[in-house]
Amino acid sequence: MAVAAELRKTDRVFGAHRSHSHVLSMGASLHRLFAEVLAKETGLSRGMGGSMHLWDQPNGFYGSVPIVSGTVPLAVGAALAAKLQGSGDVGVAYLGDGAVEEGVVHESLNLARMLKAPVLFVVENNLFASHMHVSLRQPFEATARFAAANDIPYEVVDGNDVVSLRNAAAKLIDGARTGEGPGFLEAVTYRWYGHVDWREDIDVGVHRSADELLAWRKRDPVARLYQGLVSAGWFDERQLADMERAVNGEVENAWARAMLDAKPGLGAVTSHVFKKSLV
Amino acid sequence: MLAAFEYLLGRYPEVFVIGQGLWSPWYVGNSMTNLDKKFGAHRIIDTPVSESACTGAAVGAALAGMKPIVVHPRMDFMLYAMDAIVNQAAKWSHMVGGQAAPGVTIRAIINRGGEQGAQHSQALHAWFAHVPGLRVVMPTTVADARDLLIASVSCQDPVLFIDDRWLYSFEDDLPPVKELALSQLGPQRLLTGDDVSIIGSGYSTRLALEAAEILKASGVSVDVIDLRILNPLDCTKVIESATKTGRLLVVDGGWGPCGIAGEVIAQVAESVPAGAMKKSPVRLTLPFAPAPTAQILEQAYYPTVDSVIDRVKKLMD
Repeated sequence: MAVAAELRKTDRVFGAHRSHSHVLSMGASLHRLFAEVLAKETGLSRGMGGSMHLWDQPNGFYGSVPIVSGTVPLAVGAALAAKLQGSGDVGVAYLGDGAVEEGVVHESLNLARMLKAPVLFVVENNLFASHMHVSLRQPFEATARFAAANDIPYEVVDGNDVVSLRNAAAKLIDGARTGEGPGFLEAVTYRWYGHVDWREDIDVGVHRSADELLAWRKRDPVARLYQGLVSAGWFDERQLADMERAVNGEVENAWARAMLDAKPGLGAVTSHVFKKSLV
Repeated sequence: MLAAFEYLLGRYPEVFVIGQGLWSPWYVGNSMTNLDKKFGAHRIIDTPVSESACTGAAVGAALAGMKPIVVHPRMDFMLYAMDAIVNQAAKWSHMVGGQAAPGVTIRAIINRGGEQGAQHSQALHAWFAHVPGLRVVMPTTVADARDLLIASVSCQDPVLFIDDRWLYSFEDDLPPVKELALSQLGPQRLLTGDDVSIIGSGYSTRLALEAAEILKASGVSVDVIDLRILNPLDCTKVIESATKTGRLLVVDGGWGPCGIAGEVIAQVAESVPAGAMKKSPVRLTLPFAPAPTAQILEQAYYPTVDSVIDRVKKLMD
């Protein structure tokens, strides 16, 4: 949300393996997201993508894929396109700390810098790639060292602090829009749940403990924003509770609706292989 | 090909070219001479040594409304870009329910001979013909080199356009450009005959044509079909030809196992009327080994006009 607050619908956002929040942050329909997760034909990708392949280009979300780092060069290219088109739009690549271990990320950083492509690399460094802690995969935990190596302006922020994240994003996105080339934003955060499901995954995670998880849960970004809004006097507890109730209702309704939607017709097995499919 | 690039860049502002060697005269023969000077270095982008990021960037630019052409001066190096080609470009339309597709053209050049050895010589078209969602184009004639490149760039789907340096010396007088819809194109008969069908693609089709010319003198009439579009592969014309002649030779500059020649023969075997074949089909491919380096070994390695004639004579026995 913090990054999306600085974006417009004509920007070009690419997600990764875990992008439900990214697509929603651009304004996607919650019902269509749920329908896609359930592989229903009303879904964001018409039921052909599922949780890992989300698409909402009319809202600026160009797509997400589970191949680690797969969309990073695509975001550079979409940003290069914006530069060639003179549109002032930016590309955004969401990636994780695991993705910076892929070679193409380094190629992409260098290429973006050399082409002065208006792209923001957002690394959600949650310290884990699947089950492996970053300390078992890299000699340093901060991934922004690769921005420095490629002469790209960067910010490292507390990823669980929505306000400072937005401020850092604003600075880097503004630079990209005004011709200064790429930016790199590292948001340090934590993955509460397991790699693939709703369990906390403390037993299979390497270097992952219940104590550490509890410490990170205390830094819940939504709770912190909630507290901040109340202590600043912008909202009172009751207003926020009403808002939460309304949102919960919206979520329940969207899920219930998506559950009733239809699966894609059998023709979809081959009908989308090409744009105007002849197969 | 130079004419195709000039046509596309002159007519369509969304076309740009990205790849290694584009500001240098020796990488891509004369096929891109002075394009950077004529259309500007911002549209003819010579790049860092990053096949993967450059191909991925072109896929992303295509999703954002551009018509990029990626150039890989040696197909072997393009293997660094397999994720962008196979996982991303080829699957995008399918994964998003047909709501978007990257209309990117990836030009891969087959460059063999000259003692360049195993990593500057590969013809891997069959790999890409195996992948749904990619269009794979392989021109043989001078006209196709121009017109199929234009058709590839105009197409909304990702296209792998594979051209062979051994074809660069052929010349022809061409009529004005006529824009074609790639999805409507397929194999083309280049010679009509009754005794034997020879099927090829790219340089292999040239071998077939030259062999057919020589065989004509000894009274053998050859039907030559150039595949042109390897993916999606439409073998209708090939099946008709094999049914007519009853003798089928498929020549391919790639390896035999799981290759294009095997695929063509399989499609014919599935559809030809029982009893129509006078002889078992034959394929002429590379020995199942990486390309050698020594010239004397290269001569033994690649199919030649003589080896095509030899196979046809055996089919005619």
